Amino acid sequence: MSAYLHGFGAYLPERVVANAELAERLGCTAEWIEKVSGILERRWAAPDETVAGMGVAAAEDCLRKAGIAANTLGMLIVASGSGARGFPGPAAEVAARLGLDSTPAIDLPIASAGSLFGLALAMQLAETQGDVLVVAAEKMSAVIETQPMDPNTAILFGDGAGAALVSARPGQWRMLDAVLHTDGQSREALAFDGTGPLRMNGLTVILQAARKIPQSIEEVLGRQNISAQQVAVFLLHQANLNLVTRVAKSLGVAPEKMFANLQRYGNTSSASMLIAASEWVETKPEPGPIVFSAFGAGFHWGAIVADSGF
Amino acid sequence: MPDSSRTQRLRKLVQEIAGKPAPGDEQESLFESGLLDSFALPDLVSAIEKEFGVKVPDSDLNPRKFDSIARMDAYLADHP
Repeated sequence: MSAYLHGFGAYLPERVVANAELAERLGCTAEWIEKVSGILERRWAAPDETVAGMGVAAAEDCLRKAGIAANTLGMLIVASGSGARGFPGPAAEVAARLGLDSTPAIDLPIASAGSLFGLALAMQLAETQGDVLVVAAEKMSAVIETQPMDPNTAILFGDGAGAALVSARPGQWRMLDAVLHTDGQSREALAFDGTGPLRMNGLTVILQAARKIPQSIEEVLGRQNISAQQVAVFLLHQANLNLVTRVAKSLGVAPEKMFANLQRYGNTSSASMLIAASEWVETKPEPGPIVFSAFGAGFHWGAIVADSGF
Repeated sequence: MPDSSRTQRLRKLVQEIAGKPAPGDEQESLFESGLLDSFALPDLVSAIEKEFGVKVPDSDLNPRKFDSIARMDAYLADHP
């Protein structure tokens, strides 16, 4: 089984919501938001922008960068925890708007770790299905704007979409291995029922994430005999800058190895990891192993290692 | 039964992580009082593991177990 990452794409809505604007609505200070999250601003979608629409924009960006026509795709996977309705999920609309009328399209209703699970599935399916486009799109502003807004969660989230193309054809990064985990014991610690406020027990989430993210990274790297110090970059779910820094400390690597853009976009849930990957590629990075990792509601978590030095 | 030596060691750990004295009331929530924030909790659990030579399994990573000096003491009493 061989799978390769051929490229990434991203879409961010135009509207910038700075901490000052949010602080005024929430009755806190911009400085407090930055201190507890590392976030300076985030993007919020326009009222008429949808999860599927943002997903299509990221998909088209990814396909353009990978030099692939949508009609050659063998499968589409769309992750989102903030889809507008129960069913059908956004995958069907994204497929239709990409002009696909028979290509299988799967929804992954997994917030935060959805794109990681999508990449891991694509890695397994690319050989039999052909090119797999993984899309993750979130309109978290619609989730957090339910009244009353909870300052502890409203400060964190932003909107956006990311995408990645996975293929069995040789490409820029060979996907070496993936580990995925789920523990439903804490499923109520981070949950959104579709209406009403998002519920988050921050202490539980941070305590679990701070341990499970490094564990899964060490697990996947250990299976490939790669040390954390050999990794060129860590592309993590952009949950909170304090958490990202803590993961670096646990792994014994410099914080600079953790690509971070959440200062500008906040936590875009499942989309964040692919948005980060898309921006990281634009920096023309040096070759070497790259690690993806995410943790989120469920709890679902895991890590993937890929390498451009093959 | 509370172990005075153990609670003293726990107080010292809390003080080191918080950078402030631990509360006099061992029942007081370290988080609701604002002494520790959510990102201090992983540090606190790691410090307990190191100080007392125990391994806190993932299934025990429940903030309620480490919310106060009394609760930490009770956890350690149950997991020698």
